[in-house]
Amino acid sequence: MGKARDLDQNRRRDLEIIAELVRPGDRVLDLGCGDGTFLRRLKEAHGADVLGMEIDQESIIRCIGNGVPVIQSDLDNDLDFAADGSFDLVVLSQTLQETRRPDQLLRRIVRAGKQAAVSFINFGHWSCRMQLLLTGRMPRSSQIPYHWYDTPNIHLGTIDDFRALCDKLDISIVTETPVAARFPRLTRLWPNLFAVGCVFLIEKNSIPSPSAGR
Amino acid sequence: MSRPVAKVRVRSYIIRIQTGNVDGFIRRPAGLSRFRHCCRQHRRVEISTDTQQPFITVPRDFKIPEPLPLDCGRELKEVNIRYETAGELAPDGSNAILIAHALSGDAHVCGRHAPGDRKPGWWDAMIGPGRPIDTNRYFVICSNVLGGCSGSTGPGSVDPDTGRPYNMSFPVITVRDMVRAQKRLIDHLGIRKLLSVVGGSMGGMQVLEWAVSYPEAMASFVPIATACQFSPQNIAFDWVAREAIKADPNWKNGDYPPESPPSKGLAAARMLAHITYLSEESMSRKFGRNLQDKDTYDFDFDFDFAVESYLQYQGRCFVERFDANSYFYITRATDYFDLAGRTGGDLVAALSPVRAAALVVAFSSDWLFPTAQSRRLVDALLRNRVQVSFCEIESGYGHDAFLLEVDKLGRMVRDFLAHQREVFHG
Repeated sequence: MGKARDLDQNRRRDLEIIAELVRPGDRVLDLGCGDGTFLRRLKEAHGADVLGMEIDQESIIRCIGNGVPVIQSDLDNDLDFAADGSFDLVVLSQTLQETRRPDQLLRRIVRAGKQAAVSFINFGHWSCRMQLLLTGRMPRSSQIPYHWYDTPNIHLGTIDDFRALCDKLDISIVTETPVAARFPRLTRLWPNLFAVGCVFLIEKNSIPSPSAGR
Repeated sequence: MSRPVAKVRVRSYIIRIQTGNVDGFIRRPAGLSRFRHCCRQHRRVEISTDTQQPFITVPRDFKIPEPLPLDCGRELKEVNIRYETAGELAPDGSNAILIAHALSGDAHVCGRHAPGDRKPGWWDAMIGPGRPIDTNRYFVICSNVLGGCSGSTGPGSVDPDTGRPYNMSFPVITVRDMVRAQKRLIDHLGIRKLLSVVGGSMGGMQVLEWAVSYPEAMASFVPIATACQFSPQNIAFDWVAREAIKADPNWKNGDYPPESPPSKGLAAARMLAHITYLSEESMSRKFGRNLQDKDTYDFDFDFDFAVESYLQYQGRCFVERFDANSYFYITRATDYFDLAGRTGGDLVAALSPVRAAALVVAFSSDWLFPTAQSRRLVDALLRNRVQVSFCEIESGYGHDAFLLEVDKLGRMVRDFLAHQREVFHG
């Protein structure tokens, strides 16, 4: 969390997609908010009421410099402080794979948020598959630049894996926006093979949401 | 390193150069950073960013005109509040920051009373021109607490009814009483809304009390290394400290003459308290098992170890500036501090009046006010939908870190205040 994300918070495609989901006045919680440049943008350009969570001290200091309220916490925070649906949107951008129990975290964010935006690194991308198939070694890419032994990404999965998990947890996927590196048409057809990542807008199944499909 | 051949002092954008027979000023706003860079390159010029004139602050007194009601049911007449200010109050009153001091602090928060003063105010590293709480931008107020012994009315003051010092007949006060007195001062200064209230330790308790008691009177608050209630462990330490004073025959139930105070008891109390301000790590690093000016044990009970000598020194310094009876009253006020106590233990309800934005800071090695207590505060503020930021600063200094971690704390507080001021202006 933190550093890699801070590099280009304003250029990252998945954050662009998430920013488009935010409406003026929305209450937004960003888990693993890095230095807060993304939240600052949501606050200034979208008029959102924002709160960040971050574990790294230096990132927190910079969040405060960005005028973004931030709580020091790891992602295993139970979010007990938030009443059910008290946030309009909970953002989890490229951090789910770093948590100890992604399934439990997903349950918590769809409870605390009316909706949650999860940007997900797709390990089913063709280049990952090819690397594993041809070299027999764990794949590395610009998205996943670590070795198997030093990676913070302890729970990588594919787009299909994420869909299956949502199904199991009784979470409905409102929208799904694959992020293409190349081949945009193929990515639309076979996201699990061609998307480097994907932004899912999800919500709890039991509550029929009036704002579905925003 | 060779001795510097030139001494350069920077004040605002004026650079003074004194070298040999050259003594002059240059006004170079744009070139300042390059000039500094050159100086660093040559390493023969010493740069000091100290202001050329020592930063002077003046103690003032405010007599509360009407009697001050207290939580214990009594009231105090002719209360005096000693305070100091630094900086200028903005015409729209938007830049006033109240600093609340800790147990042994006083109103002298920054600067010096006279150019020759050896020591500046207790938070001088944090407050002053160009400091994180920049007195060129903000109007800073700090007052000695009610019950104190540094100018404000306390047990050492003369009871107007009897014409003799109160001593132990002084009413038992609470943190809320201290804050009530501060509010009178802020009203007197004509400040309707403070930009922020900032304080650490017992100062942090006052900050929280402000946020709850006068929610509309501030835009933000910064409780540092503190908690919503004084823990049983802390109460226990206070008890032992007061027992040490009571055991000093000079104490005489508080009726000691000023020339023979219970110094031994007070010094012991201070030494005990001082241990709680440090950490195992900081003591190991600072003293280890080092002996004081000797190579072998003396096989007696005078001090052998550096840490013993240090505590002795701390105790001795403290009795020169602090009054034993005040120690009773102030520690008792902190013992009684429990915000949730007023709402049947419900901290969320206790904090429900809070309106201002908060920056909560804890320190990793602080075992007197552990991070978990700050987290409880943050959690309760979040449940009240208060805008809050929280950081636990990594530090080995223990509770004292709030005075020592100026770099990290300073950056946070400076940026937080800057944003709060933008919001204040709307």
